[in-house]
Amino acid sequence: MWRWFHEWGSPRYFYARSGRLLPYLAGLTLLLIPTGIVWGLLYAPADYQQGHSYRIMYVHVPAAILAQSSYAMMAAAGMVSLIWRLKLADAAMQTAAPIGAWVTAIALITGALWGKPMWGTYWVWDARLTSTLILLFLFAGVLALRQAAGPSQSGGRAAAVLAVVGLINLPIIKFSVDWWFTLHQPASFSVTEKPAMPIEMWAPLLAMVIGVYGWFFWVWLLRLRQEIREREVRSEWIRQRYQNEF
Amino acid sequence: MKFGPMKAHRRTILVQIALLVALAGLALTFVLQALDSNINLFFSPIQVVAGEAPHGERIRVGGMVEEGSIERSDRSLQVEFDVTDMAGSTFRVRYTGILPDLFRAGQGVVATGVLTEDRLFEAEEILAKHDEKYMPPEVALALEAGGKAAGDGS
Repeated sequence: MWRWFHEWGSPRYFYARSGRLLPYLAGLTLLLIPTGIVWGLLYAPADYQQGHSYRIMYVHVPAAILAQSSYAMMAAAGMVSLIWRLKLADAAMQTAAPIGAWVTAIALITGALWGKPMWGTYWVWDARLTSTLILLFLFAGVLALRQAAGPSQSGGRAAAVLAVVGLINLPIIKFSVDWWFTLHQPASFSVTEKPAMPIEMWAPLLAMVIGVYGWFFWVWLLRLRQEIREREVRSEWIRQRYQNEF
Repeated sequence: MKFGPMKAHRRTILVQIALLVALAGLALTFVLQALDSNINLFFSPIQVVAGEAPHGERIRVGGMVEEGSIERSDRSLQVEFDVTDMAGSTFRVRYTGILPDLFRAGQGVVATGVLTEDRLFEAEEILAKHDEKYMPPEVALALEAGGKAAGDGS
């Protein structure tokens, strides 16, 4: 286990191995997202209360789920970079932050667009919406702190501490609809109970959720590999690998 | 995870991080507890009936729109209805304006306005609260035909 950890922690090894994953992630993404979008927007049945407006959930729900799990992954990378001083983990945290911020923004915007016709308002300061806005600020804060510190790895410590402490927000987002009176409805899915919608509705949603995870890992890897190239531009292995282009 | 081969200074950092997160979590728990009633978006019917919701101030109240209680005015956009918690606590809401798409009997509602006298709420804004259930219209019709009101779950 520790050998594995040390091997993958080396930028050179990681760079060589992760390149092989890219086509699979791209394939998964390009297969599932168009399938989920077309299926959800055109073929899934309309809702008895909301009509066609509910279809925005095929973007909103995957974005909201991914926003929270990408934060957890970014914080995990921050934790590894704090404890083991791994350059790779620091780069992983830095490159995850902007993706997570955009995904959170998409979740907030699609939610607002749905809220106007359904609830009667774009925004209300209830616990779910407010804690999700804080998630966006946390992503932005980690990104800003990390960028301000410059390329040195030790500069990433403040950002990593913020990322790890911000983990506290995740259970608050998740349970906000149960702990307080909110305008946002409670979750339609749980591990222990049947989904609160039929399979014709949740199957395309599942395709979208898996699809956006594939997309996230794809884009994250692309950004991380670019970051490695930039940081290791003077190292021997990069020179050898790209000697034809120098 | 096995921490055997972990070096001492790394374990120290791990413990420090865990302590920091625990302390921040504890502090936040106290803050949220202290703010409890302010984080709730609205007062529930039982709070309104019990007199816990302040009178004469701009507040939000929420609950379910009682079936068969909606009365619309013929000449204006004024509408009146009962809001209930389905457990015996009910108050009246009066509102003039356009209601959101999802407003209907048996659905949740959140109203902003002033509690004028006991159990009468003068609303200036009505928001519909959606539940977490989704269903194709044919299924809802079939359920209704079968004697079970659609959306009647929670």
